[in-house]
Amino acid sequence: MNLTLFVWRQKKPAEPGRLEQYTAKNVSRDMSFLEMLDEVNEGLVKEGREPIAFDHDCREGICGTCSQVINGIPHGGQERTTVCQLHMRKFKDGDTIYIEPWRAKAFPIIKDLIVDRSALDRIIQAGGYISNHTGGSADGNAILIPKPDADVAMDAAECIGCGACVAACPNGSAMLFTAAKVTQLAMLPQGRVEAAKRVCVMTEAMLKEGFGNCTNHYECQAACPKGIKVSFIAKLNREFIKAQVSQ
Amino acid sequence: MILDGKCPSGPLAEKWTKHCRDMKLVNPSNKRKYKIIVVGTGLAGASAAATLGELGYNVESFCYQDSPRRAHSIAAQGGINAAKNYANDGDSIYRLFYDTIKGGDFRSREANVYRLAEISNNIIDQCVAQGVPFARDYAGYLDFRSFGGTQVSRTFYARGQTGQQLLLGAYSAFSRQVKLGTVKVHPRSEMLDLVVVDGEAKGITVRDMVTGEISCYAGDAVCLCTGGYVNVYYLSTNAQGCNVTANYRAYKKGAFFANPCYTQIHPTCIPVTGDHQSKLTLMSESLRNDGRVWVPLKKGDKRAPHEIPENERDYYLERKYPSFGNLAPRDISSRAAKEACDEGRGVGPSGLGVYLDFAEAIERLGENVIRARYGNLFEMYERITGEDAYKQPMRIYPALHYAMGGLWVDYNLQSNLPGLFVLGEANFSDHGANRLGASALMQGLGDGYFVIPYTIANYLAQTKPGKVSAEHPEFKKSISDVETMTKKLLSINGKKTVKEFHRELGRVMWENVGMARSEESLKNAIKRIPEIRAEFWENVKVTGSGNDLNQDLERAGRVADFLEFGELLARDALNRNESCGGHFRVEYQMPDGEAKRDDENYCYVAAWGFRGTDKEPELHKEPLEFESVNLGIRSYK
Repeated sequence: MNLTLFVWRQKKPAEPGRLEQYTAKNVSRDMSFLEMLDEVNEGLVKEGREPIAFDHDCREGICGTCSQVINGIPHGGQERTTVCQLHMRKFKDGDTIYIEPWRAKAFPIIKDLIVDRSALDRIIQAGGYISNHTGGSADGNAILIPKPDADVAMDAAECIGCGACVAACPNGSAMLFTAAKVTQLAMLPQGRVEAAKRVCVMTEAMLKEGFGNCTNHYECQAACPKGIKVSFIAKLNREFIKAQVSQ
Repeated sequence: MILDGKCPSGPLAEKWTKHCRDMKLVNPSNKRKYKIIVVGTGLAGASAAATLGELGYNVESFCYQDSPRRAHSIAAQGGINAAKNYANDGDSIYRLFYDTIKGGDFRSREANVYRLAEISNNIIDQCVAQGVPFARDYAGYLDFRSFGGTQVSRTFYARGQTGQQLLLGAYSAFSRQVKLGTVKVHPRSEMLDLVVVDGEAKGITVRDMVTGEISCYAGDAVCLCTGGYVNVYYLSTNAQGCNVTANYRAYKKGAFFANPCYTQIHPTCIPVTGDHQSKLTLMSESLRNDGRVWVPLKKGDKRAPHEIPENERDYYLERKYPSFGNLAPRDISSRAAKEACDEGRGVGPSGLGVYLDFAEAIERLGENVIRARYGNLFEMYERITGEDAYKQPMRIYPALHYAMGGLWVDYNLQSNLPGLFVLGEANFSDHGANRLGASALMQGLGDGYFVIPYTIANYLAQTKPGKVSAEHPEFKKSISDVETMTKKLLSINGKKTVKEFHRELGRVMWENVGMARSEESLKNAIKRIPEIRAEFWENVKVTGSGNDLNQDLERAGRVADFLEFGELLARDALNRNESCGGHFRVEYQMPDGEAKRDDENYCYVAAWGFRGTDKEPELHKEPLEFESVNLGIRSYK
C-alpha cells in the first residue's frame, strides 16, 4: 500500500518545527509502524536528506522508549499496544497519517519526534523507591504478602514509563505514572514504612517538573499501552490525603 | 600467553568466603575519594552503580538510552533462578551450580559458577526488600516454577515480565543514589573509547548523543556493564541499540575478548516477514509443551496448513527424537528447523518458518485450557502476525538472543587490563558454551550487588585515588581519535546506507557462523567480512552532522565495530574444532546429532588479543580446571 505521511520535523529544541509531507510507498501489511518509518528513512538517506529522528529500542513493547502521537492518539490507538507493536495491517492503502511527538510542557522536544522525558526519572528519584540497603535483607519469605495485594502491586508495576499518559492528558499530567509507582509500593508491607513520605515527595516533584493536575478525563488510561488503571490515581489521592492528615 | 583466572585455592564451597576474608578493603572515609565509571544501566550496571554509590564511592553512570530504566534487561520474560529449595524438592547451592556448569557444556570456570549459585539466594531477598512484586501463592509465600535444563523448581518470576521488574528494582535503588548525590547519571551518552594509562583503565571517552559533544571522564576504575553482541547477526531478539562498541573498543585498547563464538539461538521466535524486518520477537519456550512442530513432507508445498492432510505432514522432532519429541533441547530443535527449511520445506511467505500447531492440544484439552496457559502469548502473536493461533498453527523460527562470550575477566571480574571490570552479559565468565534459562538475570544482579563491591575494593585499596586526570595526554589522544572516526564516517558520502551494510553482514553471519558452522563456512565468512568492511569505508552514506542528535551516525559507528567483531567471532569458531553448547561444528557431532566435545584439546577459554584491524588476533588460553565435577556428556535423554 501507499501512504501519505505528515511528520513533525524540528531541528533543535529552540527552533520552530513544522509538519512535512512524505510518501511511504510499497508498504507491506506485515511491517510494524516503525519498520515503515525505517523504510521512509532509508529513502531519505539515499537522497542525502536527514532521516526522521524517533526514539525506539526494544521493539517488543516493554522498554517504553517509543513515543509517537499517531493521528492525534499517543501510540496510535490500538488497545494496549505501543507504537513498536502497531502493525501496518491496521492501515489501508491511500491513508494519510499524522505523526507527532509527545506534547507536554514537561517534555521539551529535542529533535523531530524525540522528547526529553527525564522529568519522569526525577519523579522516581524524589522518592519512588524503598530505602533499603544492598545486603542484609531478610529471607524473601519472611515478609508474607497476600496474593491479591501482590497482584495489584504487579498490575501497577507494569508501567513502562513511556509517558503516553502525559501526552494524552489535556493537562499534561503525570498522575497515572506517579500513581502507578505509589500504588505498587503502598500495596506491599515493605513499602508501607515510607508510604506517607513517598507520596508527598513524589507529588511535589511532579508539580515542580511542570506536569499538570488530574481533572478526571481518563485519557491516560485509554492511551496506556499497559492497561494501567485510573483507580490507581484514586489510590494516590487517598494515600496523599492520609499522609496530609497524619502530618 | 596462559591466562590465570585467579581462582582462590581451597574447597569449592569455601573459595568465595575465604576470598572475601582475604581481599583488601577501602576505609569508609576514603571511599568518596575514588571515582568509579559504570557504563550501562541494565541489571548489572544499575545494581553495581547503586551498590557502589551506597558504599560511598563517587559513581558516574552512562547509558545510551534516554533513561537508565530502559536497558534491555527489561525484556527478559521467564524468571530468575535461586537455590532457595522452597519447594523441598532436593535443590541446593551445589545442584544449581552443577546444573549451570553442565548446561554450559563444561566450558565455564567452576569457582565463578559456584559463587553465582551461592549468592543466588541473596538476590531474591534483596529484590523482595526493594518491592519487586514477585508472584505469590495464596498463603502469601513466594511462588516458583520449573524451567528448562533442571529437575527442580527454583525459578522465581513476576508474570511474564521478570526482567522488567528486577530492572525497575535496581533502577529504584539507583535513583535513590542519584538523589543522594553519590551517583551522577549521563543518559543519551555513548561510550566510544576506553582510556588506558600505563596499562591501566583510567577513563572513557563519550559522545553526548544530543549535542554531539565528545568528552572524557577520568576515574579510578571502569566497569563495563554493556550487554551482549548478537546484533552482529543484524536480526536478533536484542533491542535495536544493543551493540558491541564499548566492549570492542576496550578490546582494541588491549582487553581480551573471550569465547566470542558462544552465542545462543532460541528456537521459538516469530519468523521474518521480509527485508524490512528490524528485529525478532521471542515467544516463551513453554509453548512447546503443548504445540507440535511440523512442516509439509513435500518440498515447496504452498497449501494452507489445514489443507495438508495428516499423512503429508512431517512432525520431524517427534520423528527424529522420539523420546524428547517437541521438547528436544534448544540447540537441537533450532538446527532441525533450519534443516527443514534448507530442504525447501519451510512455511510462510519467506519459507523460513515451521509450524507450531496447537490443534491437537485444543481438541484434547479444550480451547479454554490453552487460553489459560498461553493467552498472553497468543495475543502477542496475533498483534505481530495478525493470525489467530487458536484457528491456525503458529509459525516459528529460531533467532539469536544471547551472547555467552564477552570480555575476559578473572575471578574478580577484572579484565587483563587492571582497573577494567566487566559485569553481566558483557563478560564471558559464568555460562560457558550455553546459558540455561533464568540464569542471565541471576548473573547480572549477582555481579552488581554482591561481587563487584568486594572485588573492586581490593583493586582500589592498592591504587591512589585520582592518580590520573582527564588532562593526561592519553585522554586528549582518545578524543582526537574518536573525532577523527566521526569525521571520517560523515565524509565518505557513498551510495549504500548503514543499514544495508549491517543487513549484508548479518546475512553472512547467519549463513556461515549461525546454528551450524563448518570449516568451509567459517573460512567463507572470514573472507567475506573484510570485503564488506572495506566497501563500508569506501561507500557508506551517513547523513547529517556530528554536532547534534544523529541516529544515522550512531548506527554507523556501531556497524563499523560489528564489521570487525564479526570476523573475530568467526575466527574463534574456526579455532574451536569441537562442538559444545551453542557452538555447533558440523564436523564434530555424535551419530545422533548431539554436540561432540573435545575435552582433551579444547577445554580452555579462548581469549583473543587485538593486533590490528586487518591482522589475525592473538590467541591466549586459560585452561579450565575442574576440581569438583567430572566432565560428563551433556545429555538430557
